[in-house]
Amino acid sequence: MTGRDAAIVEAKDLTVDFRGPKGMIRAVSGVDLSLKPGETLALLGESGSGKSVSLRALMRLHPSSAKIGGTVRVDRQDVLAMSSRSLSAYRGKTVSMIFQDPGLAFDPVYRIGDQIAEAVMRHEGVSRAEGRRRGLELFERVRIPSPERRLDNYPHEMSGGMRQRAMIALALACRPKVLLADEPTTALDATVQIQVLLLLRELQRELGLAIIFVTHDIGVAVEIADRIAVMYAGRIVETGPCAEVIRNATHPYTRGLLSSRSDGTLAKGERLKAIPGSPPDLAAPPPGCAFGPRCESFVPDCAKVVPESVSVRAGHDVRCVRAAFRQAS
Amino acid sequence: MIIGAPPEMPGRDRGGPGTPLLQVRGLAKHFGGSSGLFGRAKAGVVRAVDGVDFSVGKGETLGIVGESGCGKSTTARLVMQIIEPDAGEILFDGEAVGSRALGLRDFRRQVQMVFQDSYASLNPRLTVEDTVAFGPRVHGASPSAALAKAHDLLHRVGLEPRRFAGRYPHEISGGQRQRVNIARALSLDPRLIILDEAVSALDKSVEAQVLNLLLDLKRDFGLTYMFITHDLNVVRFMSDRIMVMYLGKVAEVGEAEAIFEAPGHPYTSALLASMPSMDPDHRTQEAPLSGDPPNPINPPSGCRFHPRCKLVSTLCSQAEPALNVMAGDHLAACHLVDPQSGHPRLAAA
Repeated sequence: MTGRDAAIVEAKDLTVDFRGPKGMIRAVSGVDLSLKPGETLALLGESGSGKSVSLRALMRLHPSSAKIGGTVRVDRQDVLAMSSRSLSAYRGKTVSMIFQDPGLAFDPVYRIGDQIAEAVMRHEGVSRAEGRRRGLELFERVRIPSPERRLDNYPHEMSGGMRQRAMIALALACRPKVLLADEPTTALDATVQIQVLLLLRELQRELGLAIIFVTHDIGVAVEIADRIAVMYAGRIVETGPCAEVIRNATHPYTRGLLSSRSDGTLAKGERLKAIPGSPPDLAAPPPGCAFGPRCESFVPDCAKVVPESVSVRAGHDVRCVRAAFRQAS
Repeated sequence: MIIGAPPEMPGRDRGGPGTPLLQVRGLAKHFGGSSGLFGRAKAGVVRAVDGVDFSVGKGETLGIVGESGCGKSTTARLVMQIIEPDAGEILFDGEAVGSRALGLRDFRRQVQMVFQDSYASLNPRLTVEDTVAFGPRVHGASPSAALAKAHDLLHRVGLEPRRFAGRYPHEISGGQRQRVNIARALSLDPRLIILDEAVSALDKSVEAQVLNLLLDLKRDFGLTYMFITHDLNVVRFMSDRIMVMYLGKVAEVGEAEAIFEAPGHPYTSALLASMPSMDPDHRTQEAPLSGDPPNPINPPSGCRFHPRCKLVSTLCSQAEPALNVMAGDHLAACHLVDPQSGHPRLAAA
C-alpha cells in the first residue's frame, strides 16, 4: 500500500471510557475507521452516540482520566503512544480540528491574525512576519472580504459565518493532512451553512485534505461526504459510500432516521414515522444490539450478542443480525 | 381560518370563527439607542422588529422562519408581552390585549409559550408533577384538582405519571423534559401556544416524536400554534401558513405549499435553495447567497435585502417595498411583485 491508496487515518477497535459516578462508562466501544487522503467521511449520529468522542480521541483531546483503547495510526504515527512533546507537534501540524463554536476556539483578547501567526511560528519556526503572510494567504483562500483589515480583528468583531471561516483558516495554518470537523456548521444559519460546506469541499479538493466531519444532520452529511458512518450508542452501525447508504439504508436505525425526516413529501395531516423511545443510557446499555429496544424488526437474537459487522454490498457494512441472517441464507 | 380546522372549546370563542385568534398590526421593538448618560446618543438602535403585521386564524398553525437576527423570537416575546412593544396593536380574538375587556392576566392564561432550552425553562427544584400543577394552583385550583390535572396532562404528553410524576428535571431526558414543558403550557387550557424553536435542541429521532405529539394535542385540544423555527423541513410539515422574516420585517407570508412551490421574495427563494439537497448525485454547486445576514443596527435602506439580492435595481435601495399581494393571501415585500413599482426587470419581462 503506497501513495494515495494508503490510509492516512486508521483506527482499529477504538474504545473510550470515562469515569462516571457509578464506575466506568464506555462512550465508544470498538470503532474502526479508515480514511484515505482527499476523502471525506461523515460520522452521523445523535447526542451520546460517541461521534464527537471518537473524533477527539484521534487527537487525544480527552482528559487523562479517560481511557482510550485500541490503535490509532495517523500518517504512520502511533497516536496513542505519543509523548506530550510529540503530541503538540502532531496537533495542528498533521491533524487539526474545527469546532461548532468558533467563539470558543479563539482567544478573545488577541487579534485573529496574531493567533494564526503564532501557530505558524510555533510549528514551523518562522518569523512573525512570515506567519502573518500565511494568515493573509489563508484569509484570501477562505474568502474573507478585505482580508488585510480583517486580520487585525478581534474574534468578537466578526459575524458568526466569518468567524467560522477564520477558524478554518487557523486550522489550515500549518498545512495539516487531516481536518477533523466537529459540527462546524450546526450553529450557522442555513444560507451561511451551505457557503461553509461548499468552501470545505473546495479546500479539500485543492489541498487534498482528508476530512472527518461529525454531524447529526443527514442533509449536511450528503452535501459533504464521500462515505458515511452512522453511529449509535458508541458503535458504527452502518457505513458505506454516501449514495449507497442513503439509497439502500439497511440498518433499522438509519432507515428510521431517513423516514422520520419531514422533507415535504408528506401530505398535510400525515404523521411522521418516528423512531420510538430514546437513545440508551451508556452507563447501563441494553444487552446485545443497543438499538434493539427501539427497533421495529426486533427478534430475540438481537438481545443475545452484539451483531458483527457484515458486508451487504461492496464497501457497505451493517451491524444487524437480520442483515447477517439474510447474507447467510 | 383553514378548512377542516378542529372546533374550539365551546363557550370560549368570543369573536366568532371568522375573527382571527391573533391579529398583530404595526408591531415594533427597538433596543438601545435611548439617549445615554448626559443625553449623548448611544452607539445604535437595534431595530429588532420594525413594523410587523400578521394574523393567526383559529385552529391554524402559523410558521415563522428566518435567520438569526430576523426578529422571529422577539416577535414571539412581544406577542406574549414578556417584553413591551414600542408600537403596535395586538388583538386577541378581536379584543385589544391589556384593554378592559381582556386584561393581561387573562390574556396570558390563554397564550402559553414553549422555549428551546427545555432545562432552563424548568425549575430544577420542582418535581415534574409540581411543575405542571403550578399554574392551575396560582390561578386558584385546589391542590388535589391541580394534581389530578397534572397527572392527566402528563399522561396526554406520553409521560406515565406513575413513573415520571415524582422526578426532577435533571432525572429525565431532553425529549421528556420538552414534553413536561408542553404539559405545563397546556395546564391553563390555553387557546394559543407559541413554540419558539421548541424542537430544535432535540435529537432527530426524538424530534419526530414531539412533532407528532404536537399535532395530536392540537387536534384534541382545539389549539392554535405559532411555530417559530429555523428548520425549513419542520416548518413545512407543521404549518398551514408560513411567514418569512428578514431583519425585523415580514418578507413574505402565505400558504405553506405556496411558499415552498412558488416563493415570491428572492430571499425566500435563496433560503429554500440553501437547504441541503439530500441527493448525492446533485449536490449544491453554488451558494444562493454570499455573506452573513447584516446587522439589524442600521439596516440597509430601501428593501433591507437589497445588498444580497441578485435581482437588485437602484429602486430597491431607495424605496421600501410594501407587502404586495401575489395571489389570494400570498403576500411578498418585493418590488417585483408589484407591477406598478417600476422595477426595470418588470419592463424587460
